[in-house]
Amino acid sequence: MLLLGLVMTGGLYAAFSPATAQQAQTDAQLVEQGRELFLVGCSSCHGLNGEGVATEREGYNIGPSLVGVGAAAVDFQVATGRMPMASPSHQAPRKDPVYNDEEIAAMAAFVASLGPGPAIPSEEDYSVDGLSEEERQEAIVRGGQIFLTNCTACHNFNGSGGAMPRGGYAPSLKGVDEKHIYEAMLTGPQAMDVFSNGNIPPEAKRDVIAYLKSLEEEPEYGGFGLGGLGPVSEGLFAWLIGIGSLVGFAVWIAAHSTRSKKDKVEA
Amino acid sequence: MTHNDPNLPAVEGDPIADPGLPAHEWRPTDVDERAERRAERQVATFFGLSVVFAILFVVAYFTFEVGEDADTLGGFGASTVALGGTLGLALLLIGIGIIQWARKLMADHEMVEYRHPAASSEEDREATLAALDAGLQESGIGRRPLVRNSLLGAVGALGLPAVVLLRDLGPLPWSDDVVDPENGGGLEHTLWKQGERVVRDVLGTPIRPSDLEIGDLVNAQPAAIFELDENGHHVLEGAPLQVAKSKASVILLRMEPDDITHGRGRENWTVDGIVGYSKICTHVGCPISLNERTTHHLLCPCHQSTFDLADSARVVFGPAARALPQLPLAVDDEGFLIAQSDFTEPVGPSYWERG
Amino acid sequence: MSIDTSKVAKSNATTAATAKKPSRAGGVATWADERLGLAGAMKKNLRKVFPDHWSFMLGEIALWSFVVLLLTGVFLTLWFNPSMSEVQYQGSYDQLRGVYMSEAMVSALDISFDVRGGLLMRQMHHWAAMIFIAAMMIHLMRVYFTGAFRKPRELNWVIGMLLLILGTLEGFTGYSLPDDLLSGTGVRAADGFMKSAPVVGTYLSFFLFGGEFPGDSIIPRLYIVHVLLIPGLLLALIAAHMLLLVYHKHTQWPGPGRTEENVVGYPMLPVYAAKAGGFFFIVFGVTALMGGFMTINPVWKYGPYDPSKVTAGSQPDWYMGWPDGALRIMPGWESEFLGVTLSWNVFLPILVLPILLFVIVLLLPFIEAWITGDKREHHLLQRPRNAPTRTAVMVALMTFYGLMWAAGGNDLIAIKLDLSINQITYFMRAAVFFGPLLAFWITRRWCISLQRHDQEKLLHGYETGIIMRSPEGGYSERHLPLAPARQYTLTARDRDEVYTLESDVDHNGVPAPGTRANRIRARLSAWLNAHNVQKPTREELEAAHHHAEHEAELQAGLDHSADGHQFDGHHAVEGEELRPRH
Repeated sequence: MLLLGLVMTGGLYAAFSPATAQQAQTDAQLVEQGRELFLVGCSSCHGLNGEGVATEREGYNIGPSLVGVGAAAVDFQVATGRMPMASPSHQAPRKDPVYNDEEIAAMAAFVASLGPGPAIPSEEDYSVDGLSEEERQEAIVRGGQIFLTNCTACHNFNGSGGAMPRGGYAPSLKGVDEKHIYEAMLTGPQAMDVFSNGNIPPEAKRDVIAYLKSLEEEPEYGGFGLGGLGPVSEGLFAWLIGIGSLVGFAVWIAAHSTRSKKDKVEA
Repeated sequence: MTHNDPNLPAVEGDPIADPGLPAHEWRPTDVDERAERRAERQVATFFGLSVVFAILFVVAYFTFEVGEDADTLGGFGASTVALGGTLGLALLLIGIGIIQWARKLMADHEMVEYRHPAASSEEDREATLAALDAGLQESGIGRRPLVRNSLLGAVGALGLPAVVLLRDLGPLPWSDDVVDPENGGGLEHTLWKQGERVVRDVLGTPIRPSDLEIGDLVNAQPAAIFELDENGHHVLEGAPLQVAKSKASVILLRMEPDDITHGRGRENWTVDGIVGYSKICTHVGCPISLNERTTHHLLCPCHQSTFDLADSARVVFGPAARALPQLPLAVDDEGFLIAQSDFTEPVGPSYWERG
Repeated sequence: MSIDTSKVAKSNATTAATAKKPSRAGGVATWADERLGLAGAMKKNLRKVFPDHWSFMLGEIALWSFVVLLLTGVFLTLWFNPSMSEVQYQGSYDQLRGVYMSEAMVSALDISFDVRGGLLMRQMHHWAAMIFIAAMMIHLMRVYFTGAFRKPRELNWVIGMLLLILGTLEGFTGYSLPDDLLSGTGVRAADGFMKSAPVVGTYLSFFLFGGEFPGDSIIPRLYIVHVLLIPGLLLALIAAHMLLLVYHKHTQWPGPGRTEENVVGYPMLPVYAAKAGGFFFIVFGVTALMGGFMTINPVWKYGPYDPSKVTAGSQPDWYMGWPDGALRIMPGWESEFLGVTLSWNVFLPILVLPILLFVIVLLLPFIEAWITGDKREHHLLQRPRNAPTRTAVMVALMTFYGLMWAAGGNDLIAIKLDLSINQITYFMRAAVFFGPLLAFWITRRWCISLQRHDQEKLLHGYETGIIMRSPEGGYSERHLPLAPARQYTLTARDRDEVYTLESDVDHNGVPAPGTRANRIRARLSAWLNAHNVQKPTREELEAAHHHAEHEAELQAGLDHSADGHQFDGHHAVEGEELRPRH
């Protein structure tokens, strides 16, 4: 109910804020709105001023400080539904987002105001649309090599995800927005490493995203992908479908066919 | 066939007498001409449909493009799916047709065939043994141990040429052809040497410590991997490049300097909280870079050995026995990360002579 | 198939079909016989009898998938280029164009994208390989569980085991050829395995790779092993396997008219030839459908091998999965002594364990024959329940294998079941020891209780589900004797004998030679057979039936309609004798 109220307030706010208002004023308002949302939705874990709550569980800080994580982290975490979490844990599963775009923008503005951090990337940061056909082709190839060097160890060759120590996992990259992939690299959400712009330059990040999207767009050349998990799932299908159906055929071949009660009339 | 044959079990004390083969029962297709003709038509239909699919296979072969502008069919590669589907059905229908023919139309009286013991008859065996004996006698192999033993020795000695012939399969691991500390040759050396720049893998660009934030993980290589000659060609390519990468690949991780527990004598191997370790697992050699930023535990995707990067990459879990070798890092005059030296121990899987 | 089947059909029952006038097939046969003189050998074999049972066709799956492997493999060799020279890929797959890779990888990509039907053939080849080895394994289990490995078939068991291990090696060499990231990682691990061998490990690695890993020799070398050496051995061993099968004649299940001295079934020509030939097309067809619709080993997504790259889910094909699992759960033990290193953590699970398990399974028939001292030939199969200890041994081995296998997929189990890799590993470390013991114990108890159930049915008849009320008001369930054919089938097995030591000393009071071995044998024999339920003797059976008849007379009263036969589904009501006959 409270949330609904906030959503409506936010909506009304957005609808009625005068378009001619000065930029600075809007920013301040945005931060203020974000703070209100933050106090309600996030402060119980991250502290009233985003300073974090030093609670450790199984070696993980469950309420880390948000000072300096930047707007990109907020946009990634909240827009992919990871935050707010259902319960504190080291793994934050992707789910439907709780907040709408404007609320997320407000919260991002608030968190960005706590300390300098990476900003939300704009479309030209992660889109290859502006490139020529040839450049785009080169970007995809280069992105593939960067992906296979830096990302597949955890996220698998197909972007299907993989296991991490102690029950953790690297999530699937299928169907994730370009912007969110970019932000994830930039900010290192949860247990993921950071791939800051000093580590992997912005164009290289763009290339990785272009490669991932090209994988999603390419047809499944060889038929059903079987989860894209590699030999384990292939072995499972070889047994279930291959051996399963062939043994079924063997049973049919050796089964006795129906019998008649009649006697044969010798011609 | 008698029951007294010593090679066959006499079923003694059988509580129930063998009632013998049950009477044959006819199938509908045996007694009903309409059923028979129906089965015939059914089998022929299977074969006929198979022809249709074989033709469709040819059509699909020439219809669907492969290559750069491959046709697709419902999100799949059209050529593979269509060819597989038509070929599979064409074959399957022949198979099902033949089986159906056998089941419905071929005679299905069970026949009885008698078995014979696997062994030959006594007479045959005796005759053969006698022949063998005679042959051996005539050869004198038993009576002339000198001839026999020297022949055995001669044939045995032929094993030496056979083994020696394989000697050139590869160089000896400790020979001068292989071991080359300057250029990273041999199991104990890599391309890293004093002053070698640490560069980003794939991109080949050098790294300043300030480029990296806390939590940044960099997959890196020695600059020599990307070195170009005066014509702009890579100096290292092909097999030498692969060999070099299989030993020299490293990962860098920047963490809070306070989190690091320095190994003895390794206190100045890090730069601003940046640690460098071999990327090659000490278990069986897979490259590892599954790092969990929050715990700085590095996991191998092959067999799940886990190393603590904050504590000299010691093994915290899994089948590996050794810590990952650490690369001593420093900064050169231009402010780029360099190695202080090669690794101080061999990288990759253990081997007998490792010591 | 130009033979007139209608004639064969009518004459099949007792005598062979007689050709009245020479048919076309007969003409060809005569022409051939005048040159090859095969009629002598073929006269029996053309109508050789094969018994019919679905479980007898499992080996056929392996045989036919091997044929599919040969056919598709030949197709692939027409384009595959086993060279590790580095070239720049310029083919049709966009995402890799311009990347440097080996010619092997380039040709694997060309087969996948630029040869029509190439990807289909690659995928069929790979699926058929998976099925080939899986079918060999279920065939092995069938042979073991039914006791078909007993004399005179021990050598065929040995050949089968060699086929299994060669098939596994063939698979490994095959999936290493494309030089993609996954196969290269596998070869990388194999290099680590070899280096762990004591004394010679480093030399093995340098000789195989022609220098330091990965070098540029491994793929050409694996290629020739894969397309020439192992297939040649496989073909020769398969031929020997089949010849022995024909010579021994197939085993059969016991039943009315089926004895140790005969084989009952359908003639090779036409029925068995048709069924086997039809099954070939079915195996081929299923493989083609799988190759067309199910992606396997998408090398284009893995990209070329690069020793600095790796992907999550780096696993071998399924048949190499269990030693990989053993590697994963092995604690990190390594010894250093006298200046050398011995990596128990690699050496034990990957070099010692598979060879050990192979030798154990290879020796099972010989161990059992030694314990039982049975020198007779066996052609009738045993139901798994009638050899409880033997069945339990195989189930224990399967449990061990299965647990190792699961350990080899621990990362995917962790994701799919939301578990922790670490906990799965700790659990498996204990489970691979206790699981097989538990499986052994459960299986043996289960088999023995099934034997008891059979005994029950023999002695007291089967449960009809009809409740009878006695004149006194008591209720009881009506039991009826089994049909004689069924009774015969249940009792058509040998009595197990437990070997006992007669005396430890010979008649002079001196310990008899070989007594120690005999004592072990006696103990093993008791372990093997002492718990088994033996079939009833004729007297026991008669006594039980007499008792049942007596009961029936008391219970059934006067009304035949309450006999129960009418409702049990085993009998047609009309014209049925209502009284059980004895």
